[in-house]
Amino acid sequence: MDTFIQQIINGLVLGSIYALVALGYTMVYGILGLINFAHGEVVMIGALTALTVIKLLADSGLPGTVVVLIGLLAAVPVCMALGFTIERIAYRPLRNAPRLAPLITAIGVSIVLQQLAMIFWGRNYHAFPPILPATGRDIGGAHITDVQIAIVLLAVAIMAGLMLLVNRTRLGRAMRATAENPQIAGLMGVNINIIISATFLIGSALAAVAGVMVSANYSIAHYHMGFILGLKAFTAAVLGGIGNLPGAMLGGVLLGLIESLGAGYIGDLTGGFLGSHYQDVFAFFVLILVLVFRPSGLMGEKVSERA
Amino acid sequence: MRFPVKTISLAVASAFIVFGCGKEAPPPPKAEQPAAPPAKPTVTVKIGHSSPLTGPQAHLGKDNENGARLAIEEANAKKLEIGGAMVTFELLGEDDQADPKQGTTVAQKLIDAKVNGVVGHLNSGTTIPASKLYADAGIPQISPSATNPKYTQQGFKTAYRVMANDEQQGKVLGDYATKQLAGKKIAIVDDRTAYGQGVADEFEKAAKAGGGAIVAREFTNDKATDFAAILTKIKSKKPDLIMYGGMDAQAGPMAQQLKKLGVKSRMIFADGGCTTEFHKLAGDAGEGHYCSLPGLPLEKMPGGKAFIDKYKATFNLDIQLYAPYAYDAASVMIDAMKRANSVEPAKYLAELPKTAFDGVTAKIAFDERGDVKDAAITLYQAKGGKWEALESIGGAPAPAQPAAMEGVSGMSGMGAAPAPAAPAASTEKK
Repeated sequence: MDTFIQQIINGLVLGSIYALVALGYTMVYGILGLINFAHGEVVMIGALTALTVIKLLADSGLPGTVVVLIGLLAAVPVCMALGFTIERIAYRPLRNAPRLAPLITAIGVSIVLQQLAMIFWGRNYHAFPPILPATGRDIGGAHITDVQIAIVLLAVAIMAGLMLLVNRTRLGRAMRATAENPQIAGLMGVNINIIISATFLIGSALAAVAGVMVSANYSIAHYHMGFILGLKAFTAAVLGGIGNLPGAMLGGVLLGLIESLGAGYIGDLTGGFLGSHYQDVFAFFVLILVLVFRPSGLMGEKVSERA
Repeated sequence: MRFPVKTISLAVASAFIVFGCGKEAPPPPKAEQPAAPPAKPTVTVKIGHSSPLTGPQAHLGKDNENGARLAIEEANAKKLEIGGAMVTFELLGEDDQADPKQGTTVAQKLIDAKVNGVVGHLNSGTTIPASKLYADAGIPQISPSATNPKYTQQGFKTAYRVMANDEQQGKVLGDYATKQLAGKKIAIVDDRTAYGQGVADEFEKAAKAGGGAIVAREFTNDKATDFAAILTKIKSKKPDLIMYGGMDAQAGPMAQQLKKLGVKSRMIFADGGCTTEFHKLAGDAGEGHYCSLPGLPLEKMPGGKAFIDKYKATFNLDIQLYAPYAYDAASVMIDAMKRANSVEPAKYLAELPKTAFDGVTAKIAFDERGDVKDAAITLYQAKGGKWEALESIGGAPAPAQPAAMEGVSGMSGMGAAPAPAAPAASTEKK
């Protein structure tokens, strides 16, 4: 039983991170109908920026939590500026181009960012300095560290804040209007350029937070880390229904749980026929099943309107 | 934050300074263009090198390339004359991304570029498929670090390596785990690469033979950072030891996550995790884990000390892992060209089996398969953020036999230490 609870905790922590990154994909898709494949690299830049600041301050005598917060505060504006720039340079000029063109520039931006990060931060892995308390709690025989508790709570708080922003504020209303139909929203007096920029700013800020979470939890950052994370988060967004905010959160948490439980039990369930290396196969199998029965994802809206 | 262009030009400059004063060779330090004496023709010999220069193993890939580059720059500084021509060596460093598909693409590219020999690849997964292409093209290949046994068992005349293979290493690890560490219940994780799986399988055989029970066999991949799920499962089996077949980028975070889950079992892994990078990534959580490296500790290698200084002076970087082996691989190749008095692949290939070369890592001689003879393996334990050598096991013939393990010896009697030059002249590769 304690193993089962531990696997649920593992899945929740992983899922919270996926969910935060997935929000960035889904927001941009919801508004522009574009898959921003460079989003994973924004997470990576956020993690490495924060880590650079944290390393500088690690010996300053400040409490570890404060240092990490400062790192986070440094990473957020960097990532926001980056997201804004990416949209201006790579997506805005192509807004009326065929769908495929911005997809290609997105992949291009992703490669460029990765290589720039490699030149700037080098090829080596960067370790997260051990400044955060390594304490934790035991729940029914399972162990969860304080960092992991903070990750889950922070992710929940951010998602709740985002839902409030989208559903209760003027900006949110303008975003929803733009998502529904950019031309009409423009005619109604919404400055869609500002709304789209705001979307990228918010998504990138979330990416920065996710980046810091990943590197704090796994104590590792690397110029290549954004790729797999981005891919998984994209999968989570599709699972939940891309373009739908609660869907991205649900998809992220579900994917985390599926991976964790899959890796933990698939071997025993199949009598050793399939091992834990099938955890990704298992996750994608669930994705396919969901898409067969609900082509627009678990909480997705009708696709016909967008197409 | 580094500026590669500057570093490289500095490195080149300092390389010449080092060779100028550190070598007994008469030619004084000279500038870049080796103005050939008018009478003799000059030949440029291309040596291919392939390793992952991007992706999660880029740090190891660059390390290998630097090792090979050092050997080549050194040979150029000596102004060798082979077959009546002044020879300048040129290194063509390619990026195979540790990806088997990319490995064959790179191999074809090097063959098309008409390289005279190849040092590489780094990973077993790329080396094995590429070796077929090199064999078909008749280009000698010396891998510094591909340790999967299959590489030299395919019957290619062109395939060589300068490092002990996984059969030997897995056996030593498995034996050590069950005998010296008295492991009864053992969990095994591997990263499903040719290397990781290979060494884990060999370990499993040896551990079972030694009386250990394998309580869990789990898998991850060479890009993963999250191991919580498989480690949780392993925790429930309460193993004495956890063996990991894979690289440092996973071994480090895995050690951390073990600690976070409150697992006290020690890890044991092979050369891929046996790096300085492991300590950086694992931090405190790295303490007490075990690993093995083919060969001797760098400081105990015949030319280790000098090599460390030379490498540092040239590249202003610390050695990651396999650079000395890449250096030796390139040096062995150049040595064979010298003895054959030809840079033609077909001609100097015949000289490779007769190699008896005083390398940095060991005295290098090849057996009939192309594996290095008398390969030593050293076991380490992490103490105070460093790998501390426990003991070296050596003297085993390359195709490891069950009897190979008998030669357990203390630090003093390592097999690959300055042993008398093996009478290697007769062994012709099949």
